[in-house]
Amino acid sequence: MTTATTTRPRPRPGRGRGRTTWWQTATGLALTAVMLFPVYWMLNVSFTRDQDMRKSPPDWFPVNGTLDGYRAVLDQQLPYLATSLVIGLGTVVLTVALAAPAGYALAKLRPRGGGVLSFLFLVAQMIPGIIMAMGFYAIYLSLGLLQSVPGLIVADSTLAVPFAVLIFTAFMSGIPGELLQAAKTDGAGPLRTFWSIVLPMSRNSIVTVSLFAFLWSWSDFIFASTLVNGGAHEPITLGIYQYIGNNNQEWNAIMATAVVASLPAAVILVLAQRYVAAGVTAGAVKD
Amino acid sequence: MNRTTQLPDRRTVRDRKGAATAAPPPPRTAPRRRPTSQQWAAWGFLAPVTLYLILFYAYPLYRNVDLSLRNYTVRSFVQGDAPFTGLENYLTVFDDPTFAPALMHTVVFTVVSLVFQYAIGLALAVFFTQHFRLSATLRALFLVPWLLPLIVSASTWSWMLNSDSGVVNAALHAVGIDAVNWLTSPSWSLTSVILANVWIGVPFNLVVLYSGLQSIPASLYEAAALDGANAWQRFWRITFPLLRPVSAITLLLGLVYTLKVFDIIWIMTKGGPADSSTTFATWSYQLGFGNLLPAFGPGAAVGNLLVVAALVFGLVYLRVQRKQYAS
Repeated sequence: MTTATTTRPRPRPGRGRGRTTWWQTATGLALTAVMLFPVYWMLNVSFTRDQDMRKSPPDWFPVNGTLDGYRAVLDQQLPYLATSLVIGLGTVVLTVALAAPAGYALAKLRPRGGGVLSFLFLVAQMIPGIIMAMGFYAIYLSLGLLQSVPGLIVADSTLAVPFAVLIFTAFMSGIPGELLQAAKTDGAGPLRTFWSIVLPMSRNSIVTVSLFAFLWSWSDFIFASTLVNGGAHEPITLGIYQYIGNNNQEWNAIMATAVVASLPAAVILVLAQRYVAAGVTAGAVKD
Repeated sequence: MNRTTQLPDRRTVRDRKGAATAAPPPPRTAPRRRPTSQQWAAWGFLAPVTLYLILFYAYPLYRNVDLSLRNYTVRSFVQGDAPFTGLENYLTVFDDPTFAPALMHTVVFTVVSLVFQYAIGLALAVFFTQHFRLSATLRALFLVPWLLPLIVSASTWSWMLNSDSGVVNAALHAVGIDAVNWLTSPSWSLTSVILANVWIGVPFNLVVLYSGLQSIPASLYEAAALDGANAWQRFWRITFPLLRPVSAITLLLGLVYTLKVFDIIWIMTKGGPADSSTTFATWSYQLGFGNLLPAFGPGAAVGNLLVVAALVFGLVYLRVQRKQYAS
């Protein structure tokens, strides 16, 4: 981390440095402001009154702010949010349950054909979502699983499982072999070793995987719109989408829903930023 | 690190014994017998995920190929007795007047998005390597566009680019430029979705390239500075060449993922107006789900073309990555 400090030779440490970092911080703030302007605008519009919505030029600050948009969210969008929460948690459980044992086996048990399996996971990540959606649609139609929450959980988990296996494999390779050997000498079978040693030690990677699995299923639109569209339980992404289609006048309500739908991302960024960075730099992430 | 030290506390006596026996190399006799039982254990752990891979990746993929080779109607889709028609769906797709524009839009969307995402991401990564006050916090904030659900980003951009009430046109008006019909004019819609996609993709490039920059030895820059190289020369002679492996990985991965971008385009323009922002991904969805009368066969055929493209570049990516690990 600290080596990067010297990528650009600095002026001598001391008084000059304060001035240099001052304008760098200013530039950084300006760039961040430009980058995050759409986020600010989403917030601003979510507080704007209906009658000000089409004002030209628009208000740059919500001076006559209203909470009508958020009231609409409370009135209409809570079921969607609850569905998304259930689907997100379901996806996390399914993903970890499938991927953690696989990661352990690939990292530590040297299965014959393990290389091929890892390769298949890398390839699986590259299949476009629309293809998976169409395939799932055809299968669910014949199984009668369309418009069902478990069906969507399974479909959403395909977004995260390959990534999760890669993360777990990479992380569990770092667990010292002597430790597992010691457990074996003490008579622990592979299952016991996995449950009492490998899993507790992999807490960090479980957090990383869970965060991404939750975030991706929470954000999923393509599976939701193909597999549960029109069903009794629809996730928040469909809630927003139908909002846009139905009443393109009430943009404060649409943007308020968008703000609420962004909360998991915000929470993750604040509480778990290092896990996110770990996930991204693991190299095997979605864009 | 403290994760490893926590463990022994729980298993006191036995653990110490185990650790002692683990220190010398494992006994010779064991390995010969172990492999079979270990193989069983390994595949026991892998069985659920292997089954999962077959059921939820291989089978949907197979169904998709099957869809593209048969003449499906809504009725035969439900009953599953569609007649086999070979490559007819593919020929239909190639002859479709949408094919050429969709191909061109896919290429333009992918290439232009990648170029801007990479250039902006790299510039920001270099900027953030100068550790100034707040740099870590600001770098974290740059992740926001990437973490937001795509429907949130896409609908926010839709409203910002709205012709009459959007903030972008208001800003243009303030500097004396006429309003642009970003989403409703065929000549601008592709630009608009590229703009939004670049915004979403910059954080990924920033994070990966930033971590790549960390591995360039600082001594090189010091030596170059002593030789009188200015910042511009240091970038082009040191940073850029040494970052080439990371750049290749970033761009190839970006390529695979940009090819399949669907949500942003569909939510902002539905591929329109008049197919002016249609790519293979949205066209495939349009054929399969976008109309009252679904055309699953051609939809699947378009999707399969996309799979082939994604896999070709994906394999190139894996080759490049493996070569870099080897060296």
